[in-house]
Amino acid sequence: MFKAFDKVFTLENILYMGKGALMALCIAAVALTCGLILGTLGATGRNSRHVIPRTIANLYVTIIRGTPLLLQILMIFSVIPSIYTAITGKVLRIDPILIGMIALSINSGAYQTELIRSGINGVDKGQWEACETLGLSSWKTMKLVILPQAFKRIVPPLISEFITLIKDSSLISCIGAVELLKSAQVLGADYFEVMSPYLLAAIFYLIMTIVVSMIGAKIEKRLAVSD
Amino acid sequence: MIKVEHVSKNFGKTHAVNDVSLTINKGDIISLIGPSGSGKSTLLRCIHGLEKIDGGAIYLDGEKMDPSDKVKYRKQRARMGFVFQHFNLFPNMTVLENCTLAQIQVLGKSKEEAEQTANEYLQKVGLQEKKDSYPNNLSGGQKQRVAIARALCMAPDMMLFDEPTSALDPEMIKEVLDVMKDLGTQGMTMIVVTHEMGFARKVGNRVVFLDQGEIVEEATSEQFFSNPQSDRAKDFLSKVMYD
Repeated sequence: MFKAFDKVFTLENILYMGKGALMALCIAAVALTCGLILGTLGATGRNSRHVIPRTIANLYVTIIRGTPLLLQILMIFSVIPSIYTAITGKVLRIDPILIGMIALSINSGAYQTELIRSGINGVDKGQWEACETLGLSSWKTMKLVILPQAFKRIVPPLISEFITLIKDSSLISCIGAVELLKSAQVLGADYFEVMSPYLLAAIFYLIMTIVVSMIGAKIEKRLAVSD
Repeated sequence: MIKVEHVSKNFGKTHAVNDVSLTINKGDIISLIGPSGSGKSTLLRCIHGLEKIDGGAIYLDGEKMDPSDKVKYRKQRARMGFVFQHFNLFPNMTVLENCTLAQIQVLGKSKEEAEQTANEYLQKVGLQEKKDSYPNNLSGGQKQRVAIARALCMAPDMMLFDEPTSALDPEMIKEVLDVMKDLGTQGMTMIVVTHEMGFARKVGNRVVFLDQGEIVEEATSEQFFSNPQSDRAKDFLSKVMYD
């Protein structure tokens, strides 16, 4: 099973895979950050009094959560270049890593919309009233009082969202982005044996997710100061 | 100072406040009392605009409070401080930050100025040494005193209290009432929804007794407690006073 074990586990190959792991981490971080922005917008939309932002946000969440991530990646991979070609008549070549970041951001944004919305709605309505009696505008109330409390509640689910994103970044190997899983496949092709590189990839994924959840636990503890 | 004219507020089919008229003069300490569900808290919330009124009007120094005139309405509301039953302090901020937030964000004060004012009022409520604590590390009575200081920092002309001691353990009620009494003796106009009959009697100068959304009796404190006129007020007092 592990025929090429000794050949695969060399410093050079481990460094090569480490680069892939860093790429996966980078993709997940970008997706988490962009998703946070999209999610805040989405949550504001879903809570809006006006029907248009509410409808857009609802559609966004329904479509993204109702279709497979792999399909979304493949569709965005083919849709963006063909729109570009239709408009400019030229052929567009985008880095598949970038496509992957866009797809994962859009996907994560939908999940984070629900997450942030539940965080905002979980803040006691007395907080809104207190701000109202102090004369704070609703925007400042949201920014200075509600969101900080909401984010504190959503730190734990946000950490698990980040872990999900690290693992889901492996899906973009299917459009040719060289991240961790793809690196393993490349090594597998080199040595005509996939199990050893896969094992190495699994170890890398595990290290990343364990470290992230440890950092998450630290952050949670820190935020608990005011409890 | 405040004139409430024929104000009504409905929640669905219930008339929480029904055609209430009331005048509050400068320096008044008015106790709104009555059985639970009598509409006293709703009336107080209507005066500050936390509840939209369904009928009637409220005047502040002769000028109507009109939510559609946003700039003016905001200025009018800023003249009233509000203290909640459940404090509603900001748990993510220290006591000092609770007191400076609106001063900086609404009044446009510098951080130093705001902190100076906050320290002054925290000292007044006896909690200056707690300024760096978070609300969740304070007792109920301390929280409510911070909430009073926070409202005072905005330099209001009058203070509205919505059952300020109802959520407190018995041994903490007095420390809050003492702060309120001090405010009263310094001439602050106050409207207090309360179940503390001793406070209403000794500190308040007038009592407004509500039942089922209507004012049943309005009298000076002394009159109301020694010689209530209406049967409902007599009945209420016989139930809450334990002599």
